[in-house]
Amino acid sequence: MSQQLNSDFPIPDIVVALPEVILAVGGMALLMLGVFRGDRSTRTVSWLAVLTFLIAAVVVIQQPGDRVVAFGSTFVVDAFSKFVKVLVLLGSSVALIMSHGFIRSEKIERFEFPILIVFATLGMCMMVSANDLISLYMGIELQSLALYVLAAFNRDSLRSTEAGLKYFVLGALSSGLLLYGCSLVYGFSGTTTFEGIALALTSDGASSAQNIGLIFGLVFLTAGLAFKVSAVPFHMWTPDVYEGAPTPITAFFAGAPKMAAMALFVRALVGPFPDLTPEWQQIIVFISIASMLLGAFAAIGQTNIKRLMAYSSIGHMGFALVGLAAGTEDGVRGVLIYLAIYLAMTIGTFVCILSMRRTEGMVEDIDDLAGLSQTKPLMALSLLILMFSLAGIPPMAGFFAKFYVFLAAIQAELYTLAVLGVLSSVVGAFYYIRIVKVMYFDEPAEAFAYPMSGEMRVILFGSVAFTALFFLYPSLLVATATSAASALF
Amino acid sequence: MVLQALAFYFFAGIVIASAVMVISARNPVHSVLFLILAFFNSAGLFVLQGAELLAMTLVIVYVGAVAVLFLFVVMMLDINFTELRQGFRDNLHWGIAVGLLLIVELVIFLASWQFSGAIEETVVAKQPPVESGITNAEALGQIIYTKYVYFFQAAGIVLLIAMIGAIVLTLRQREGVKKQNIGAQVNRSVKESVELVDIKPGQGL
Repeated sequence: MSQQLNSDFPIPDIVVALPEVILAVGGMALLMLGVFRGDRSTRTVSWLAVLTFLIAAVVVIQQPGDRVVAFGSTFVVDAFSKFVKVLVLLGSSVALIMSHGFIRSEKIERFEFPILIVFATLGMCMMVSANDLISLYMGIELQSLALYVLAAFNRDSLRSTEAGLKYFVLGALSSGLLLYGCSLVYGFSGTTTFEGIALALTSDGASSAQNIGLIFGLVFLTAGLAFKVSAVPFHMWTPDVYEGAPTPITAFFAGAPKMAAMALFVRALVGPFPDLTPEWQQIIVFISIASMLLGAFAAIGQTNIKRLMAYSSIGHMGFALVGLAAGTEDGVRGVLIYLAIYLAMTIGTFVCILSMRRTEGMVEDIDDLAGLSQTKPLMALSLLILMFSLAGIPPMAGFFAKFYVFLAAIQAELYTLAVLGVLSSVVGAFYYIRIVKVMYFDEPAEAFAYPMSGEMRVILFGSVAFTALFFLYPSLLVATATSAASALF
Repeated sequence: MVLQALAFYFFAGIVIASAVMVISARNPVHSVLFLILAFFNSAGLFVLQGAELLAMTLVIVYVGAVAVLFLFVVMMLDINFTELRQGFRDNLHWGIAVGLLLIVELVIFLASWQFSGAIEETVVAKQPPVESGITNAEALGQIIYTKYVYFFQAAGIVLLIAMIGAIVLTLRQREGVKKQNIGAQVNRSVKESVELVDIKPGQGL
């Protein structure tokens, strides 16, 4: 018995999960540091958290590219998880660096802030590596719980508290849907591991009635996951939470968690349910079209730029889901490329939003950008490039992101989806270009008071350079995404 | 068998009745008490299923901690519940209509499935062995730190975040609060804290 126990708990399992172990131990060590040094140490803790992310990212890159499972095949590391984890860690580090100036000026500089981001990132990495319904749920819950607190972090602000509470209540509801789906899937397949479910579907004994039960569970599972990527019709929380949460947290929400949730979405459908592809394809096609259309039309009337970015993110998740709807290796490759490019664009945009500060405080209206080309020409130019890219105008990176997902959709003969996608992208271009018009052709409003800090400049420059120059050398990202996508098939 | 079925319907009936009372009782304290009753009877259902550990956990955690916490919250917060319930009647007909529609759909769907006899053969999740000779706690203990160590650790971190979150969102450092300073207490010497006064008989201080 003892020998068997030893083989159940081997050291190699921990090596497979080394990035997660580094994040967990690092988070707890930083917590101790923060508790003993107090809020004075926030900046130190924050930089150390960024260092932890970078170490974890290096470890992720160093891991072998072949598929390795651990902890009784509940945890998986493959090229797909490596690709998304690097994106997640990058998104988290950048969001953390972006928050420095904001939390100081808003007087919410507390050491728990970076620590919650570290634990949220740990949850995301666990989501990306989930290979079992229980580890899927644990990862989601770990991530979400930290995000609820972060949304309400500015506890003296009514809007921030409201955002946190709304996110919490609706998130708990979606967890309920997800768990109900998981329990049905477990009941009709007899196992919680993704391989086991796939096996139960293909085995000869699988009756059609059993498949009905599994589809029932799959629908609830999809609903829960659609909530996490804020796809229509589970998007209601997004605009309110994005608007109410502190701006660097909104930037964080728009980046890393979306990467992780989308990756989990892909893995949870492609891994255990390859034999039900026609069934879940219908659902994904529907939520994809609905997200793209809502993202395009609802954003037109917005005046608050954070709300606008929320609708924009709903739309972009719709575009990314086009790739998943294809259900092919090319489709998943499209999703991965889309996520990487979307991360770069959204980070740059939020750097600009974070520097919209006047002497009396932060401003968030699109009208406040009026005449930016005269007061801050470089920032206006950066925002112009990012907006063109978000709209999907060539030769910016955003065009290629859409190109790869639509290519996959056409190859999978989903013509209606592709046509509707292109049309909604045209509608969406209206409000992105309206921002450019406000910046370049309107009477200048009062200039923003503070110059960007050095690290913000570097992040903005990196993001804009990636977006504008992606077309020169796309093969690196495309090749990595191709090998990552092939790990799932 | 008959006794078991009787016990099941007894517990299940009380669970449903008290759940209805939770949402319909006028006094929120009564609601919480009915909630506790529902928890106790659910624990009874678990015992019927042979899940004695789960039953005890339900009583200890939900009744002992959560429901009592609810009771405290209900008693301490001055919420006018009748005001919260306003509009309940206005939306009642919609709620009933949607609820009825859902019930009809579920019945149609499940009945076709149940009567075809497919449901029994399709549920393939493992049934627990009836007489395995080990208790629930033993069975859980055999896997939770080995096979499920990853989930166990992850659950620990989830609880850690819950703790950090509660502290971040609610702890306020107030001015003028008198706190115990253990260092200062320990450092006090006898000389500076005790004074011997020699009082002569018949005189006061």
